[in-house]
Amino acid sequence: MKLQKASRLALYAVLELAGRPAGYLTAAGMAETYGISINHLGKVMRTLVRAGMVESVRGAKGGFQFSGDARRTTLMDVIELFETVGGPEGSAREPGEHTAAGRALGEVLDEIDQIAQATLRSITIATMLKLIGRRSASAAARTPGERALP
Amino acid sequence: MAQPRQLDAVAVRSGRADDIAAVMAIDATVTGLAKPGYWNALFDADGALAGDSRIFIVAEDGAGRVIGFIIGEVRAWEFGSPPCGWVFAISVDPASRLAGVGSGLLAAITDRFRDAGVERVRTMISRGNHQLMSFFRGHGMMAGPYIQLESELD
Repeated sequence: MKLQKASRLALYAVLELAGRPAGYLTAAGMAETYGISINHLGKVMRTLVRAGMVESVRGAKGGFQFSGDARRTTLMDVIELFETVGGPEGSAREPGEHTAAGRALGEVLDEIDQIAQATLRSITIATMLKLIGRRSASAAARTPGERALP
Repeated sequence: MAQPRQLDAVAVRSGRADDIAAVMAIDATVTGLAKPGYWNALFDADGALAGDSRIFIVAEDGAGRVIGFIIGEVRAWEFGSPPCGWVFAISVDPASRLAGVGSGLLAAITDRFRDAGVERVRTMISRGNHQLMSFFRGHGMMAGPYIQLESELD
């Protein structure tokens, strides 16, 4: 499954910020960490702020801070600010979907969409941070110099 | 937003036949279904847990009231799977949630699975039960290599 770029950047930002609940991070800092355009990230951050998931603080020591509940916010909560997983209801009709083959294919694709949605709705930011921690620990055990998220 | 709570003196222990009424009540509260036949079959006529490798653990509060339960079993070679521990059911009285009871129950049964010599735990969750799925994922469980398939029998 492939996420749209904005969704991926938003997840990176939310995970970085939620992993540092007492601190602030700047967009420039996060953009450098992930090798992404600060312009793209800026648009993403504005959406996250409007959604109340992140708050911004101005000033010399300002930046962004996670303002949600990492134990309740799911990956889907972030993603659906930027895209619809599985296709929006009432979306444009697909060619041939009125045929028996089209309906059968639709059932198969719906099965995949439902699994994807269940997965994304059941993984919280807190759970993702644990997973990141485990992956970082495994990587550090193999390559001691690799950077790990806190 | 629900906050974590502290329950006094929660203990986990092996379930007994006389716990079934409380377990049934919790299950009926959570699922809306009573299932007396299922729960009463958990123990045989002598009060022993039915099934060779079934594990039944309850959590009780400081007053000795059963507030949660977990049931599982070690199963071997079904669906081609080497021996692993299966969690069939876990439930906590809604009034006692967010206090680590479920986590304690899961830890207790995984300890029993390790004691039995297995190295993997599995469960199956309804796709729509995001809360329960989130609980297991929060304890490090990910989707496994199997897909459950089904069809109606005409």
